[in-house]
Amino acid sequence: MTVSDPKHDVPEGARYKEQITTDPSKPAQRMRAGSMTMTLAPWLIAILVLVFLPAVFTNNSALTIMNQMSITIVFALAYNMLLGQGGMLSFGHAVYAGVGGFACMHIMNMSDFFESIPLVILPIFGGLFGMGLAMIVGSFSTRSAGTVFAMISLGVGELIAACSVIIVAFFGGEEGISGDRTYAQPFFGVEFLQQIEVYYLTIAWLVISAVLMYLWSRTPVGRMANAVRDNPERAEFLGYSSRWVRYYSFIASGFFCGIAGGLFAINYEILTEENLNTTSSGVILLVTFLGGVGFFFGPIIGAIAFTLLQTVLSLSTELWAFYAGVLFVATVMFFPGGLAGLIMMHVPAFKLGKSSGLVMPYLKTLLPGAIGVLGLAALVEMTFHFRHAATGDDEMTLFWTTFNSHDVLPWVIAIAITVIGLGIAKVTAPSLKEAWNEANTAGGAS
Amino acid sequence: MDLILVNLIDGLVTGLLLFMLSAGLTLIFSMMGVLNFAHASFYMLGAYFAYQISLALGFWMGLLIAPIVVGVLGAGVERYGLRRVHQYGHVPELIFTFGLALLIEEMVQFIWGKNQMAYSVPEVLNFTAFAISGNSIPAYKIFMIFISVAIFIGLLYILTKTRVGMIIQAALSYPRTVEALGHNVPLIFMGVFGVGTALAGLAGVIAGPVLGTFPGMAFVLGSIVFVTIVIGGLGSLWGALVASLLIGWITTFAKSYNIEMEDVLNAIGISTPENLSDSVFRDFWSLTSPQIADILPYILMVLILIFRPAGLFGKRQS
Repeated sequence: MTVSDPKHDVPEGARYKEQITTDPSKPAQRMRAGSMTMTLAPWLIAILVLVFLPAVFTNNSALTIMNQMSITIVFALAYNMLLGQGGMLSFGHAVYAGVGGFACMHIMNMSDFFESIPLVILPIFGGLFGMGLAMIVGSFSTRSAGTVFAMISLGVGELIAACSVIIVAFFGGEEGISGDRTYAQPFFGVEFLQQIEVYYLTIAWLVISAVLMYLWSRTPVGRMANAVRDNPERAEFLGYSSRWVRYYSFIASGFFCGIAGGLFAINYEILTEENLNTTSSGVILLVTFLGGVGFFFGPIIGAIAFTLLQTVLSLSTELWAFYAGVLFVATVMFFPGGLAGLIMMHVPAFKLGKSSGLVMPYLKTLLPGAIGVLGLAALVEMTFHFRHAATGDDEMTLFWTTFNSHDVLPWVIAIAITVIGLGIAKVTAPSLKEAWNEANTAGGAS
Repeated sequence: MDLILVNLIDGLVTGLLLFMLSAGLTLIFSMMGVLNFAHASFYMLGAYFAYQISLALGFWMGLLIAPIVVGVLGAGVERYGLRRVHQYGHVPELIFTFGLALLIEEMVQFIWGKNQMAYSVPEVLNFTAFAISGNSIPAYKIFMIFISVAIFIGLLYILTKTRVGMIIQAALSYPRTVEALGHNVPLIFMGVFGVGTALAGLAGVIAGPVLGTFPGMAFVLGSIVFVTIVIGGLGSLWGALVASLLIGWITTFAKSYNIEMEDVLNAIGISTPENLSDSVFRDFWSLTSPQIADILPYILMVLILIFRPAGLFGKRQS
C-alpha cells in the first residue's frame, strides 16, 4: 500500500522522486495501518482496569493525573479522527476543545439553568459547541486536504487564540473564567465534591467517547474517510464527494474535542487562554503522533505515556520540554508508526511463536542503550547546570547523587557511562537484527 | 501627511523583513511541496549566531558569517532529516519540521537561556538619518531597507537571468526531466533549502537588534510568515513580496491610527446600543484598531482563503 499522500494535492513537479512505498514487512516504518479493527476483550479489560485503578492509587494527586490522562486520551482520539483516519493535519485543534470548555464554563455560571441539569451531561454541551465551531470553520477549511488545510487550521487557531485576549466577555481575558461544578443538580445524590466522583464521571465519558469514536470509524463515513485519505481521486470516482467526507470527519472530531474540553472544565473549574493557544495544539499533535496514528489505540498509548513522562520528568528536570522535543523528532524520523507501530511489529513474531527468542537479544542491546541514553541525559543536565546555575551554586543532584558540577570526576564518569552504554548497544545491534529476522521467518529451528 | 510618510517607512521595513523570510519559505515550498515550519527558527538561529559572533568579531563579521552557518545547518537538515522523512509522505514531513521548530527553540533556551540577549545596533549605524516633522528615522532602518531590497534584486536576477536560476526553475517544474539531462536535482534542492534558510538567518541578523533576540522571537514571527505566503499564493515569489508589504503596512497603520469600532459602526449607520456595558457585544463595540492589529493578517488570510483560495498570485489548482 502507498504510504505517501495522494499525488494530486501537490502541484505538478513538487516532488522530486516517485512516491516511495515503504516496505510492508516493516510495520514500524508505516505511518498508517490498513486495519484498525479491535475485538471486544481489550475494551472490557480496559474498563475493568479503569474502574479498579482508584483502589490501587488512592491519593488525590494520582487521581488528578489519571483525570488528566483520561481527558488527553479523549482529545487525542478525537484528534486522530482527523490525522490518522482522515489524513488531515490540524495545527490549531486546541481551539475546539477550548471553546467547548469555555461554553461549559459559561453554562456553569448560568446558575438557573445549571441547577436544572445534572453535571454528568455537561460535556455534551461542550461537544455541541465544539461541533458548532467545527461546522463553521470546516465549511471552508475542508475544501482541500494536506498543506492548505494545515495552514488554514493554523491561521484559524491563531486567530481564535488571539481573540481570547480581546473578547473578554466570552474568554475572560488574561485570567480566564472559572466556575463551580457543585452547583449542578445532584446526580442520584452525588454532588461531585470529591475528586474520586469526578474521576468516575471522567472515565465514564472516556469510555463512552472512545466506544463512539471507534464505532464511528466502522461506519461507512468512517471507512470513506480512510479512502479519501489514501486516494481522494478514486473516492470521487466511486461517487463520494471527498470534501463532504472530510467535512463530516471534521465535525465529528470537533464534537469529541468539545467533550474533552467539557471534561477539562469539570475537572479544573477554570479555563484560560492557555487552553486555546498553539502550544496546546502542538502538544496534542505530539501526543497523538508519539502514540501512533496508524492504529485506533495509538493515541491512547500516546496520552498515557506522555502524561506519565510529563509528570515524572517535569518534577525532576527543568529541561523536560527539550527531551520531549528530541523524542518527538526521533519518532518522526525513525518510527513514524509511533509506539503503537512498535508494539504491532511484534505481532508476526508472536504468531510464529518465536517471540521468546527475542527477549535475550533485546536485553543485551536495549539495556546498555538505555543506560547510555541516561548517561547522555546526565551530560546534558550537567552542561545546563554548568552554564545556567547561579554563581557559587556548584552543587547539583542527579540520579540521587549530589556532586559539584565544576569537578572533573563526575564528567568523566558520565562520559564513560554514555560511551560504554552506547558502545555495547552498537556492538550487540547486529545480533539483535539477526534474532529479529530469525523470529520473523516462518519454519526453521526455533 | 508627515505621519503617513513615517508609517509608510515603518511598514516598508516590517514588510521587507517579512519578505526575506517568506521568499525562502515560498521557494522551498514550490520545490518540495513542503512547508518548512522551522523556517522562523532559522531566523532566530541567525540572530543568536550573529550575537555570539558579534561579541568576538563585531557586527559586520556576524552579518557575513551567521547566515552562512545557518545556511549550512539548513542544508544539513534537508540532507539528513527531511530527505529521510520524505519517504513517509507529506504529512510526516510537516510534522517533522514542526518538531524541529520546537526542538530549536528548546535548544536555544538550553544554550543561551531564556533572557533577551544584549544584541544591539552597531555604533556606525546608531544615529538618526533624517527626521520628518519631529519623527526621527534611525539610520539602521534605512540600512535594513537597503539590505532587503538588494537581496530581492539579487534573488530575482539569479533566478531569472543566470544559468543556475534557469536550472532551478526547470527543476521546480520538471524535476525528472532535469535529472535526465544530467543535473543533480537532490543537490539543487539541498542548495535551495540552504539558501532559503540562509536568507532567514540574514533576516534574523538584521532584525535581532531592533526586534529583540529572545527565545520567543521565532514564535512571534513564525505564523505571520505562513500567513504571508498563503495570502500571496503558495509558491509565488511576487505574491510573497506583495503580501509581505501589504501585511507590513496594514499592521503599522492599524497600530498608529486609533480607529474605534464604535465610530466605524456609527459611520455606516448603526447606532450604539443604549446599555452598552450590559450588552453581549460590548467587547465588539469597544474594539480599537491597535488592539486587533496583530490579528488582522489572520483575518485577511481567512478572507483570502474563502474568496480566492489560491492566494493573490497563486496558480489556480486544477
